[in-house]
Amino acid sequence: MAQKTMIQAITDAMQHELKNDDNVLVFGEDVGQNGGVFRATEGLQDEFGEERVFDTPLAESGIGGLALGLALQGFRPVPEIQFIGFIYEAMDALNGQIARMRYRSGDTKSAPITVRTPFGGGVHTPELHADSLEGMIAQQPGFRVVVPSTPYDAKGLLISSIRNNDPVFFMEHMKLYRSFRDEVPDEAYTVELDKADIKREGKDVTLIGYGAMVHTALKAADELEQENIDAEVIDLRTLSPIDTETIVESVKKTNRVVVIQEAQRQAGIAANVVSEIQERAILHLEAPIMRVTAPDTVYPFSQAEEVWLPNHKDVINKVNEVINF
Amino acid sequence: MFQVLDENGEVVNKEYEPDLSDDNLKELMRRMVYTRVLDQRSIALNRQGRLGFYAPTAGQEASQLGSHYALEQEDFLLPAYRDVPQLIWHGLPLYQAFLFSRGHFHGNQFPEDVHGLSPQIIIGAQYTQTAGVALGLKKRGKKAVAVTYTGDGGTSQGDFYEGVNFAGAYNAPALFFVQNNQFAISVPVEKQTNAKTLAQKAVAAGVEGYQVDGMDVLAVYAVTKKARESAINGEGPALIETLTYRYGPHTMAGDDPTRYRTDDLDNEWEKRDPLIRFRKYLEAKNLWSEEDENKVIEEAKEEIKAAIKKADNHPKQKVTDLIDIMHEELPVNLQEQMEEYREKESK
Repeated sequence: MAQKTMIQAITDAMQHELKNDDNVLVFGEDVGQNGGVFRATEGLQDEFGEERVFDTPLAESGIGGLALGLALQGFRPVPEIQFIGFIYEAMDALNGQIARMRYRSGDTKSAPITVRTPFGGGVHTPELHADSLEGMIAQQPGFRVVVPSTPYDAKGLLISSIRNNDPVFFMEHMKLYRSFRDEVPDEAYTVELDKADIKREGKDVTLIGYGAMVHTALKAADELEQENIDAEVIDLRTLSPIDTETIVESVKKTNRVVVIQEAQRQAGIAANVVSEIQERAILHLEAPIMRVTAPDTVYPFSQAEEVWLPNHKDVINKVNEVINF
Repeated sequence: MFQVLDENGEVVNKEYEPDLSDDNLKELMRRMVYTRVLDQRSIALNRQGRLGFYAPTAGQEASQLGSHYALEQEDFLLPAYRDVPQLIWHGLPLYQAFLFSRGHFHGNQFPEDVHGLSPQIIIGAQYTQTAGVALGLKKRGKKAVAVTYTGDGGTSQGDFYEGVNFAGAYNAPALFFVQNNQFAISVPVEKQTNAKTLAQKAVAAGVEGYQVDGMDVLAVYAVTKKARESAINGEGPALIETLTYRYGPHTMAGDDPTRYRTDDLDNEWEKRDPLIRFRKYLEAKNLWSEEDENKVIEEAKEEIKAAIKKADNHPKQKVTDLIDIMHEELPVNLQEQMEEYREKESK
């Protein structure tokens, strides 16, 4: 088995699916000859030709509408939005159109589209490149929102997303693209959508996160172990819908929860996770559910990023609060 | 402005007179008369509270039906909210058009051979989708076009340019119709843009642009036919501006045209009425009579009556139906909500 980065795993997934199904089309800004600004589509145009892997004019709403139109002709579009902050340009195409296609047509038409986009902070990008906008998409019924945290999951989840007959918003954390390698099988495999994963088992407190925050949580868990606190770490993987079953099982075991997100406190998925837990498992809780989030400002100019972003020390402090409540 | 018939139904551009059989010409007239009756009945039904959302169409028959008559069954329609007549003549059963108006999802469940989408509500969104459908048709090697409609206001939307530009860049078989009915709700076209024509917006995208008399059904038909041929022959998309007028309000939901239009303007446009003009043309050829017209009116009234009855009798829409059509397979959150609403609906 090969050791691969997340970006390689993502390229792998698209390559398998382009090979597996002639209806799969990969397109977006600079995805062709250039192979994408992060090289996610590297080599795919050479292998599959310009008919299957192609550049678009520079217009995100156009890319979204194009994807929907192609889906209506039976294709499986995998459009790339170059950076998450450009998604605002495509919001009608995404939330107003793609997410509603099956519903609007009374289940006679589908939109098997996987919109890929990089997101996430800590890599010193200009404005409107790094924001965590998953909450905005996850509020739209019809869209699945998927965020992998490892190369293995990235490949399996992306293959599952492309094969799914409903639209998926697939978010790739920029910091994870090349930060570490993982065992990734060469063959195609799937990781089930809508299922959270327990990345570390523990009995004293449940840490729930996604994307880069899974690694922040794992780092915190390692340090907490020195304090004899045994943390369980859940990676949500799919943010809409949320796998409440896995979460509730964990809460029954640990009775304490900290939810971690890179998004601002008012913006993300964490509030929804907290609500689900208190509705489903309040009697299993020994302390209030706490959140670790970014503050409610616009994403910071890059010199302040490191402080603005939640880190493992913030998580440790919050865990101590719930343990000592 | 491209024209075949003048306001008196006289042929002014003999060389562009389309090669249509007598039966085709009569059918075109039948569709316009039928659609005018449908509009009158729809307005009445709306006022009685028996229809839902409705955007009147009278005045635009030549634009809507002349363009549609040049299409084929395999062509894909992406209409705007006023373009229900094209869908009906593309094969959408009338009772389903009424269900769409009433907000029942069965109105959007098109029969398989009716290639198209239900009317778009967001002005301009259908333009980018049309580029996608057209590119898909091209990739599939189909000899068909994707056809969309918006109004003059729609050309101010960013999606309008993105869609036309994408289709141009991919040389995709798309026809973009701008039915310039002079007002976007209340805003006149002079306040919409400083562009001299809306057709000229095609120039920026490097595609063909046409401005056509939208009250002249033969002109609209001829231009559409030509643009369709070019598109399926790989010569690229076209943007077609039809100069037309809606006699009624923007929608039945409340705008009052007397606030933004004058009687003089209404009268001036009514003189160019597409039905009168084409009727004169056909009468001169001995192809149309009062009797023919009355027959169509009666037939339309009967069919509308039957369709409304069928719509009335269609099973009521349930929330559980709507939960069921959200995804191919219900995710866990909707499974739970399905149970909740089954319970609620069983009471």
